Amino acid sequence: MSDIRLLIDFGSTFTKVVAADLDAVEIAAVARVPSTVDSDITIGLGKALKEIARRTGIGNLEEKEALACSSAAGGLRMICTGFVPELTSQAGSIAALGAGARVIGGYSYKLNRREIAEIEAAAPDILLLCGGTDGGDEKVIVHNAGLLAATGPAVTNIIVAGNKAAHDAIRAVFAGTAKNVIYTGNVMPEIGVLDAAPCKREIRELFMRNIVRAKGIARAREIIKDVIMPTPAAVLEAAKLISGGHGDDSGFGELIVIDVGGATTDVHSIARGTPARADTIMAGLPEPYEKRTVEGDLGLRYNLDRLLELTGGRPTPPGFNEAVAAFQKGRLPRTAVEYACHRLLTSLTVAAAVERHAGRLEVVYGPAGERLIQHGKDLTGVGAVIGTGGPLVFARKPREILEGARAQEENPFILKPRDPAFYIDAPYILFAVGLLAQAAPDKALRLARKYLKPI
Amino acid sequence: MKQPMIITGTLGMDAHIIGTKIISRALKEAGFRVTALGAYTPPEEFIKAAQETAAAAILMSSLYGMAELDLEGFDAKRQEAGLGGVLLYIGGNLVVGRADFEGVERKFKELGFDRVYPPEADIDAAIEDLKRDLKARGKL
Repeated sequence: MSDIRLLIDFGSTFTKVVAADLDAVEIAAVARVPSTVDSDITIGLGKALKEIARRTGIGNLEEKEALACSSAAGGLRMICTGFVPELTSQAGSIAALGAGARVIGGYSYKLNRREIAEIEAAAPDILLLCGGTDGGDEKVIVHNAGLLAATGPAVTNIIVAGNKAAHDAIRAVFAGTAKNVIYTGNVMPEIGVLDAAPCKREIRELFMRNIVRAKGIARAREIIKDVIMPTPAAVLEAAKLISGGHGDDSGFGELIVIDVGGATTDVHSIARGTPARADTIMAGLPEPYEKRTVEGDLGLRYNLDRLLELTGGRPTPPGFNEAVAAFQKGRLPRTAVEYACHRLLTSLTVAAAVERHAGRLEVVYGPAGERLIQHGKDLTGVGAVIGTGGPLVFARKPREILEGARAQEENPFILKPRDPAFYIDAPYILFAVGLLAQAAPDKALRLARKYLKPI
Repeated sequence: MKQPMIITGTLGMDAHIIGTKIISRALKEAGFRVTALGAYTPPEEFIKAAQETAAAAILMSSLYGMAELDLEGFDAKRQEAGLGGVLLYIGGNLVVGRADFEGVERKFKELGFDRVYPPEADIDAAIEDLKRDLKARGKL
């Protein structure tokens, strides 16, 4: 009897189940069924498991070990507040994104009542309260805690990741309220130092313990043990494993994963990103080695209007407007014309998302002559670009689309990869690799090697 | 004893880093907490760092003679950011050529600096000035 693991993704549209055979190190079967989070999440899951059972001939699937991630019910929705926008506010947002959250709002300085009303209306799953380096400013974070303490049940889970010297004052402010407040290390203990790891751990822990229950995802526990992380975090875990390797396999090295979706596009880079030239000056916060950005305005289903703006001035295939109108109604490409149009839109998405993720160079002129200043990560030397997400996985010519991630000669100041190898996550299993990465990293990496297709 | 936070750095497009390193080290030895921003520090970065760390003073270095250009609009930005109460020192080769120091001092005090030092100033004497000024403001 082979060792079958079930790896499950509760998406907002589809529930995906990958049955991985760990003895043979192969995918035994993949099933994709519409998600049923709104009614009862176990209905969809049950259907998917039946499908897997039918294909593999394995019965007792419920007894198999299963790991799940979820982006259903809006994903993990977070709001971050900090003091200075470029410092603690940004550090908080980097930590939230790195934990797989959807950052639905960011605030800086002392909050006012209108902003508090906005936050209450948005009802985030977690509010991340930052501000002040350790031993630095206490006024802003304590003020913000005071306003948050007076909010209703729409704001319940609060993680404090700011100035540790303000913790006691913040505790006093929240005492007696119904808030679930968690205290962790400062995301920016000193100016120029980013310490997102403790905060990310608390976010994931809270997600696993509380958030999945609130979203009705925990019902799946009747069948599986736990939903351990938000789906984007699973993809990031996969990217880390594939980049860094395990045991004798040294991995792919520095890489980028592009995950194109219906509403958003995620870009993950696992790369140092330091300047290629020694005389370049770095500006801004230090960049995380594992960086995730989310483009909330780039998606192939819900953000077509924005994509149409990006086509501005470019030649479009004949029948473009009709095809786009059909996509807007939810149609997936079927005809040759539709595929061509979809390809154009997806490549614009990839190009724009990677351009925003990558660093850029700025030339300034001083008394010492020309100087290069780098903002963000230099990804010119990155060796691999991996594409995933429906619009890429189901595209007919994914390579053409992923070419958008490559640096353009006419724009040398955008630090995109110059000469990467391209791969496509053809069976759509990257999330499964990430879920498996913790329990069985060697097998997870071998699965990735086997199923990521060079294109 | 209170340990005030001091921001140090070389201003604007100036690459010279030795002076600000010596200052940072001397401040730490004198018991201060230091956020060292290093060379090529735009004036806005001094402001942001001072806000986030609740700094008591900013000590800027400049050796290449262009400090005045780098500081255009700085005093207004600092007031706007609510840092009017933060002590502001600058030292180094602040203008090109051999200008008389009194004129230089007057010019930079007009730009909002509390103290101005010539290139060969003694760091220990400057730290004594800093302690006195902080005490006078009840920050030490």
